[in-house]
Parts: sequence; C-alpha cells; structure tokens
Amino acid sequence: MPYYANIAVSILFDGLAYAMFLFIVSVGLSVTMGLMGFVNLAHGAFAMAGGYVVVSLTRSLGIGFVPALVIAAFAVGAVSVVFERGLYRRLYKATDLEQVLLTIGLAFMAIATATYFYGPIPKSVPLPEWLQGDINLGFRSFPSYRAFLIVLGAVLIAVLWYAFERTNIGAKIRAAVDNRRMAESVGINVDLLFTLTFAVGSGLAALGGGLAIQLFGLSPSFAVLYLVLFLIVVAVGGLGSFKGTLLAALVLGIIDTAGKYLYADAGGFFVYAITVAVLLVKPAGFYGRE
Amino acid sequence: MKFMRWLGLAALALTVGSTAQAETIKIGVVLPFSGPNADLGHQIDKAFDLYIKLHTKDIAPHKVEIVKRDEGPPTGAVAKTVTTELITNDKVQILTGFVFSPSAIALAPVVTQAKVPMIIANAGTAWITNLSPYYVRLSFSMWHHGYPMGAFAFSKIGCKTAALAYTDFPPGKDSTEAFKTGFEKAGGKVDLSIPMGSPAQVPDFTPFFQRIKDAKPDCMYVFIPSGAHATGVAKAYGELGMRKAGVKLIGPMDLIPDNKLQDMGDAAIGTIVMGNYAVDLNNAENKAFNAEWHKAYGKDSYPDFMSAAGWDTMHAIFDTIKKLNGKVEDGSKVIDAMKGWTTNGPRGKVTIDAATRDIVQDEHAMEVIRKPDGKLGIKVLGTTKAVKDECKVQKIGRCGT
Repeated sequence: MPYYANIAVSILFDGLAYAMFLFIVSVGLSVTMGLMGFVNLAHGAFAMAGGYVVVSLTRSLGIGFVPALVIAAFAVGAVSVVFERGLYRRLYKATDLEQVLLTIGLAFMAIATATYFYGPIPKSVPLPEWLQGDINLGFRSFPSYRAFLIVLGAVLIAVLWYAFERTNIGAKIRAAVDNRRMAESVGINVDLLFTLTFAVGSGLAALGGGLAIQLFGLSPSFAVLYLVLFLIVVAVGGLGSFKGTLLAALVLGIIDTAGKYLYADAGGFFVYAITVAVLLVKPAGFYGRE
Repeated sequence: MKFMRWLGLAALALTVGSTAQAETIKIGVVLPFSGPNADLGHQIDKAFDLYIKLHTKDIAPHKVEIVKRDEGPPTGAVAKTVTTELITNDKVQILTGFVFSPSAIALAPVVTQAKVPMIIANAGTAWITNLSPYYVRLSFSMWHHGYPMGAFAFSKIGCKTAALAYTDFPPGKDSTEAFKTGFEKAGGKVDLSIPMGSPAQVPDFTPFFQRIKDAKPDCMYVFIPSGAHATGVAKAYGELGMRKAGVKLIGPMDLIPDNKLQDMGDAAIGTIVMGNYAVDLNNAENKAFNAEWHKAYGKDSYPDFMSAAGWDTMHAIFDTIKKLNGKVEDGSKVIDAMKGWTTNGPRGKVTIDAATRDIVQDEHAMEVIRKPDGKLGIKVLGTTKAVKDECKVQKIGRCGT
C-alpha cells in the first residue's frame, strides 16, 4: 500500500477505535445532562467502577472478558439507580454549584475507595486469545482488540439509535429534552424517564471503563483523569443530542489520534484547539439548542 | 561519703559517655507512594526497609530513624514541599529516595542552602549531580545505558536505522540523546523522534508506535519511566505485531523491570536492553539479595533495578554513618566520606566516583528470553566493566557545567 494511504488508514483506524470508547462513555452523560440539566461529574467514577468490576470478575472469579463486560454494565447500571434515588434526586432543583460539589465529592470518594481496595497501581485484564495480537485483512494487519472495539461500538450505535429514534421511550426522552414542562403536562413521567436514562448511561460508562483497561490501564485516578474529555465530547456535541455526541466523539477521537501520530510534539493540543473553535462558532455544540 | 561522690562521678561519666556515643540519625525518605507511579516508590522502599531490618546491628550503638514522605506526581512540586518540610520541621540529617528527575532538579537550591546531603536512589537525568555539591547518586545516569546501547545496537543487534520514542520529561530527552550520540557515532541513522506525553499518566502508546511501524526502522529505542508505563509499552508493541513487522524493541532496562516482566508475556521476548541489574544476574550478592527479598515479601514479589539501587543506597548511608561514628551533622563531611565508597552489591561492583559523586558500575546488554522453567528472564549478551557517566566524561551540554 502507498505510504500516505497507509498513514491515513492507520489514523482512521486508531481514531475510530478511540472515538468508539469516547462515545460509549459520553452518550449517557450527554442525555442525562440534556434531560435534567444535571451536572454529573461522578460519571467517570461509574466508568472506573465498571473497570474494577471487570478486573475482579476476570482475575478473581475467572469469568471471561466479554461476559464480565456485560455483567459490569448491568451491575453498575443497577447500583447507579440507588445513587440517583438516594442522592441525585434531592438536588435536581438545586444550583449548578451544589450539584458539582455533590458529584465531584462522590468522584473523590470513589477514588479513595478504589485505592483502598485495589491500590494505586494500574491494573490490567486478561484477554481471550482472539482479542490478542493482530488480524490480517489482506492488504494490512490491524490490532484485534481495536477492531473489536470498532465493531462493538458500531453495534451499540445502531441499537441506541433505534431505541432513541424509533421506540416510544426514545420519543418520550426526546420530547422531555426538548421541553420538559410540556412533556410533563402531556403525562410523560420525566422522573422515571430520568432514572432509566441515568441507569443506562451509567451502565454504558461502566462498559466503556471495562473496555478502556486494555487501552489506558485502570487506576483509581481514572475517575477524574478522562472526565475532561467526556465533558468536552458532551459540550462539543450538544447536550442531550445522540447525533451530536456521536459526531463529537468521531471528530475528537480521530483528530486527537492524528495529532499524536503526525505531530507528537504538540501532544493533546489539537483536541482543545478544536473544542475552542467549535464552541466559538456554535456555543451550544454541533446539535445543541441555543 | 567520699565513696558516694566517686560513684556519682562514675555514673555521670557513664551517661555522658553513652549519649555522646549512641546517635540516632534521622533520615528523610522521599518516594512516590500515590498515583500510577506508586509502584516505583514501593520497589525502592521495600529495599530500604529490608536493608535497615537486616543491617541495623552493623551501625550499633547508633540507630536510624526513618521519616517517609510521598514524592507525589513527577513534577517536582510536591517533592520540593515535603522535602523542605523534612529539612525545616523534622530536622532530618540525610535525605534519600527521589525517583523522578524533576524532584531532584527542583530540590538542588534547597539542599545546597540547607547543606543536607541528598543521596539519590533513582532520578537519572545525567546533569542532576552537577546541580548541587550535596548530591550523591547511587542509581545511574541515563548515559550509563543509552550511550553504550548506541554502539551495541548498531554493531551487535544490526540496527542501521532507529526511531526514538520517549516520555516527554528531562530523563526521556536525556536517554534518547545519549542513545542518539552513541548510535550516530557508530554510523547509525535516526529516522524519527517522538515525544509521548507526560509521565504523570500511562498514555495509549498505539498512535505513536503505529507511526514508527509505518516508518519501518530496524529498531525503536524507547524510554519510559518504567513501572506501569513499561507494561503499556509491551502491550502496544505486541498488539501492533511490530516484531513480526521487523521493528526490534530496544532501550534502557526501564522497559523490563523484573517485577513486571512475568505479566508482559510473549510480547516482551526478544527485547534487548542495556542496564545495570536483573534478577537473573549471576553473582553471589544478588543471589543472597533475592533470597532475603523473597523471604520478606513472598515468592511472587521480585526486586528490580530500582530495588537494587535502593539497597546499595542504604548500604552506602550505613557505611558512612559507621565511618563518621554517627556524627553526620556536617553535610559536607558526609559527602566527603561517601566519595570513593565502593562495594560488591546485587549489581556487582559499584563505586562512587570522587570527582562527580555519581556511580561507576558494570553495564550489561540483556535479552529477554523464555527460561526452561517457563518463566521470562534475561540472557546477558555482553558486559562492560566500570562504566562512568559518559555525559560528564565528554562534558556534553549541561553535563559540562
């Protein structure tokens, strides 16, 4: 393959894998923020929790990596309902500052808890044979794990898109994001809807956390380390927008990878440059309501 | 009555005599105990504790009191705060530890002004020892490994072209500069030089390595701050199938710390590093050191090059306490007493160069192999005796000042 085509394929492939991770973690955050305007800085902590559940299940109980991912997503999603009912709902009408204080506090508590049980050193996870090494597609080879990430991401996007755009619940969520008071007055139970999306969002974050172990390793600081990135994806995409989150994840994932590949000296600069540029032109993000 | 007075005088003389003799030396230990690099701190801390436990009797009647502090992230800021506190509040007489070069760089003016000897157990940027007359280094300079690796890679491994990839902070630049100097002198050509972000977190190495793979050099020389970063390098290197693609992985020994090696799997086999220590080094002191380590920390815990340097560091401090008979108040006397100190430790024969206060030690080219017992280990490909820090020998850049 010609040199430049090879470079382009490398960047697109790695960028796409990275974008899938960003999308999976951020989509729940975006929808819950769009729905309730609730600033949830503990979202990264749910992702981290998912990662540690996967580590425990695979390392201690010998459960396979893929089943462990599924269990982690459901377990964390279920536990998040307890937090939502017990803590979050008390602050729905509160100011942004109070919400930020509660959730960042939760994130720090999660970091301390994870450090206590798992220690500060990054954990890795045993992968099944078929996810290790690389696969050859004829014209060149690709790392198997990243290929898996892209396929899984594509399937999730299809499922979520269907649920969001074609089902009754999806229509209700969109209605509530658009105009909450109107949605409530036509009889939509927005509280219940929120609990549901919160659980799904946290479950997806946990899935993302489990998938990230192989990419970045998993340490307690995961809860806040990548939070800025998730928030950037949400802000650039537009609050509550499924399409926007997907587009933002793709743009930021591919540009970050391209920056690191082509011009490593500037490090992570490109992500921030793009963020500033997009928000200057569209302050509410790609598909946000102004 | 007269007898009683004699007795009193004798008792007085005894107490005065004994307090004058038995000193308690306060040692401040500064190592990273938090964050993703906590591992590095623990490797040295365990060696310190083990040495103190086994050898306190050697300095009797004197004793040491250890005050430990967290070095924090690899920026030097936290290290500077806690070390200043150790000097002013805890009144420590000797400082040791210091994994990260930025810590040692930030602390030079503090230590020089306070006249407290600081015995560096890791931080390896070459010119650090030039920053303060109160610095002594027992670990290595980046040039110990990087510079000889240049010639070795060209003539023995068969690297005609190489790519450099490094964690973007002082020792990373120093290590790759050392390799480049040696490699180009031997006739090699460096194609690419890629900084890979801050040492504070383990990055996803894939985009950086993918670029190197696409450029097809014979070898890639990688510097990372060991520990969790080393695991990440092995993972990305294996995932991208780079060995199959013909890009050999070489570097300083930070790539294959012994306590991480077993988890790296097949991806690590064939990696060639230059370094001063491995669990598999064949000498009597190393065997004894490993036996004591396993007895204290279990059979699945391994010391690594940082632990070996930590062990020698505490050894040098203890020998100095003995030599000065516990009188360590004068920092410059402590430094003078350390100059020329030599021992046979786990790393073999090590000496503190009196002129530079830096270590002189043997360097081994080592290849990762699968041993007959199924575990990963190393095979020594070649050894150079009594290697000095070449950066200071050749007075390159800041090493010349």
